[in-house]
Amino acid sequence: MTDTVYGPVTDWATDFDHGAPEYNNNIHQIWDDLKAAGCPIAHTERYGGVWLPLTHDLVKEIAYDPSRFSSLTPVVQQLKPSEALKEDPDALGAPIGPVPPISSDPPFHADARRLLLPAFSPKVIDPWRTEVEEICNKLIDDMGDVDAIDAAVQYTQHIPVLVVAQMVGLPLSDADRFRGWVDMVLGGIGAERSEERLAQFMAMDEYLTKHIEDHIENPRDDLTSYLLDAEIFGEKLSPRHVFGTILLLIIAGIDTTWSGIGSSLWHLASNPIDRRRLVENPGKIPMAVEEFLRAYAPVTMARMVTDDMEFHGVQMKKEDRVLLPFPAANRDENQFANPAVVDIEREENRHAAFGLGIHRCIGSNLARLEMNVAIEVFLKRFPDFELDTTEQVTWSTGQVRGPRNLPFRIKARA
Amino acid sequence: MRVHVDSSKCQGHNRCYALAPELFDVDDLGNAFELNDGVVPAGLEDKARLAVANCPEFAITIED
Repeated sequence: MTDTVYGPVTDWATDFDHGAPEYNNNIHQIWDDLKAAGCPIAHTERYGGVWLPLTHDLVKEIAYDPSRFSSLTPVVQQLKPSEALKEDPDALGAPIGPVPPISSDPPFHADARRLLLPAFSPKVIDPWRTEVEEICNKLIDDMGDVDAIDAAVQYTQHIPVLVVAQMVGLPLSDADRFRGWVDMVLGGIGAERSEERLAQFMAMDEYLTKHIEDHIENPRDDLTSYLLDAEIFGEKLSPRHVFGTILLLIIAGIDTTWSGIGSSLWHLASNPIDRRRLVENPGKIPMAVEEFLRAYAPVTMARMVTDDMEFHGVQMKKEDRVLLPFPAANRDENQFANPAVVDIEREENRHAAFGLGIHRCIGSNLARLEMNVAIEVFLKRFPDFELDTTEQVTWSTGQVRGPRNLPFRIKARA
Repeated sequence: MRVHVDSSKCQGHNRCYALAPELFDVDDLGNAFELNDGVVPAGLEDKARLAVANCPEFAITIED
C-alpha cells in the first residue's frame, strides 16, 4: 500500500492536491503562480505520485502519446492501478480498462470507440434540441415567480442528467441517485478510503447490474440495449465492458456539462455587458459558448506513465499518474492571445476543452447542444439577472470544475 | 482557394462543420471531410479561415 499523503497543501509545485477544495477555488491563481515561478510541470507525492503539466505543448504531447501515457486511469484516485487490481481481480486492466473506451489504449480503443461514435455524431445529436429546450423551459416554469434562485441547484444540474438517463434508458426519477454517484466518483477523490465509501460503490454496482439484467430480459431502443447487442472482433461485449461503458456515459455525461452550463451562467451573471450582448443578439451564443468552453473548461483528464522515463527534465516512474489539465492548456499565452481575457467574440479559438487526440470527448456534440440551448433559454426567460453577493458561490472538487451553487437575483423575466 | 481536412489528424471535434457547413461535412462517425473537392466558392473565404482557426487538432489547411 502506498503511503498516502493527506492534509493541507504545503507547496503547490511539489505537494499539490487536485482533490482539495482550495485547488478548484483558486485554480487560475495556482497555475499562474506556478508558471511565474518557472514550474511547467508540478508534482505531488499524494495519490501515489502525480505530475501536473501546465502548457498547451506539454498537454498536447502527452495526449498524443498513448504508448508512454496510458489512459487506464482517467481519474486519479488514491489507489494506484496495480493496487486497485489486487482489490478487484475481475477489474479490466489495460488496454480495455474499467470504463471503456475512455480508459482504453490502442489498438483496442479505436474499436471500442467506433461502436459509440455513431450514436453521438452531430446529425444524430442535433434532433435532441427540442427535447433539451423542453427540459430547460420546464425547469424555469418550476421555479415559479420568485426573485431569488439557485441556478445550479434548480437548473444546470438537472439538464444533462435528464438527457443522459433517456439515452441510456434509466428511470428519470432516479436522477438524484445518479448525481450522487458523480459526487462520489469524481468529487470524492481526495477522501480517505472508508467503509461508507466502499458501501456506496457497491450500491452503485448493484443498481447498474440490475439495470443491465433488466435490459437483457427486456431489450429496448436505447444505448444499453445497443451495447448489449453490439459486437467487437466478432464477439459480444463482455458484461464488464457493457457495465463500464454505461457507468462512463452516466458519470462523464452529467457533471461535465452541468459545470459548463454553470460556469457560463456565472460569467453572464457577473458580466452584464456580455449578458446584454447575447440577449440582444442570440445568434452570437454559439461563439460565446466556445469562449466559455475555453476560459472555463470543466474537465481535467489523467494518464498513467507506462515505464520509467525522463520527460522534459523530470524523472517519471512507471505507474505515476499525469493530469491533463485542458483548462490550463486553454490559458497558455503561446496558443491564445490574451488568454486571461474572456472575449465572447474570439475568432481564433482552438481550445482543448474536449481534449486533444484519440480520446476527444465522445459527447462533445451533445454537450455543446445542451450548453447552447440552456444558455439560450435562460437568457430568453431571464434577460436580466445578477449574482447575489450575500450568498456563497461554491465550486466542485476534483477533476471536473464548475459551480455547485449559483445564487442569482432575477431582475427581469419574459 | 481550397480547403483540405487531414483525416489522420481529424478527431471529430466538428468545429468546421458547425462553422462552415457549405465547405465541410461529417461522416457517420462524426469525422470531417471537405465538400466539392475543397473548392471554396467566392464569398466564403472568411468561413474557410474561421474553420482553420477553430480546429483544435490543426487538421485543416488552406491552399490559395
